[in-house]
Amino acid sequence: MKVLYFAWLRERLNRGEEEVSPPAEVATVADLIDWLASRDEAFAHAVEKRALIKAAVDARLVKPEASIIGAKTVALFPPMTGG
Amino acid sequence: MSVRVSTDSFDPGAETNAFLAAGNGAGAAVTFTGVVRSKPDDPITALTLECYPELAINQLTAIVEQANARFGLLAATVIHRYGRLGPGEPIVQVMTLSPHRDAAFKGAEFLMDYLKTDAPFWKQETGPNGTHWVEAKEADDAAKARWE
Repeated sequence: MKVLYFAWLRERLNRGEEEVSPPAEVATVADLIDWLASRDEAFAHAVEKRALIKAAVDARLVKPEASIIGAKTVALFPPMTGG
Repeated sequence: MSVRVSTDSFDPGAETNAFLAAGNGAGAAVTFTGVVRSKPDDPITALTLECYPELAINQLTAIVEQANARFGLLAATVIHRYGRLGPGEPIVQVMTLSPHRDAAFKGAEFLMDYLKTDAPFWKQETGPNGTHWVEAKEADDAAKARWE
C-alpha cells in the first residue's frame, strides 16, 4: 500500500510518499501509525503528538480506528488549514 | 453544484457573474471571496498552500451536498486554489443561490466554516523572518461546531 504524507509531517519525514507492506495484524489507521513508528525513530518522533495526526483511506477522511484492510492509499497529515 | 480545486488563478468578478447568469432568476445570491492577508505590522511575501486534490474534491463535494440539503440551496459553488500565492490574491470563493437571502447567507457561512477545518489544504506563510506552517485555530473548530 502507498502512504502519503502532507505539510509538516511530509517535511519532518523528508518524503511525500512511500510504499509499505504491513503485516496482516496491522488492521487500522492507528495500527499503521504504531507499526510505522516501531520501525523508524524519526517517524515515531514526527507523530509524537498523535492527536494532531489526521488520516484518509483511499481519499476518504477517516478516524484512527478505521480499517486499512484492502486499502490502496493511506494519507497521514496534520490538522487542515484551508479557506 | 460545482467544486473546483486548482493551482490556476481565478477572477472573482467573472466567477460571480457566471454564477448569477446561471441563476435563472432565483432571488438571492451570496459570494464570499477569501484573499491572502498581509498585515502592515506583520507582512508576508507569499502564502503557499499544499493540497491533497483527490481528498479535497471528495470533502468539498460532501460539504456542498450537506449545505444544499440543510439550507435548500438552488446552487452552490466552491473554488479553492493551492500553490504559491501573493498578498491580495484570491484563495477561495464560495457562492450560494437560494430563493431568499437567509439561506444563501447561512449556506455560504456553513460552507466556509466547514472547509476551513475539513478540506485538505495546509497553509505556509513566507515573510521577512522565514517560512512557517500556519497552525490550525481553535476559533475555526468553534465556528464549525456551532452548526452541529
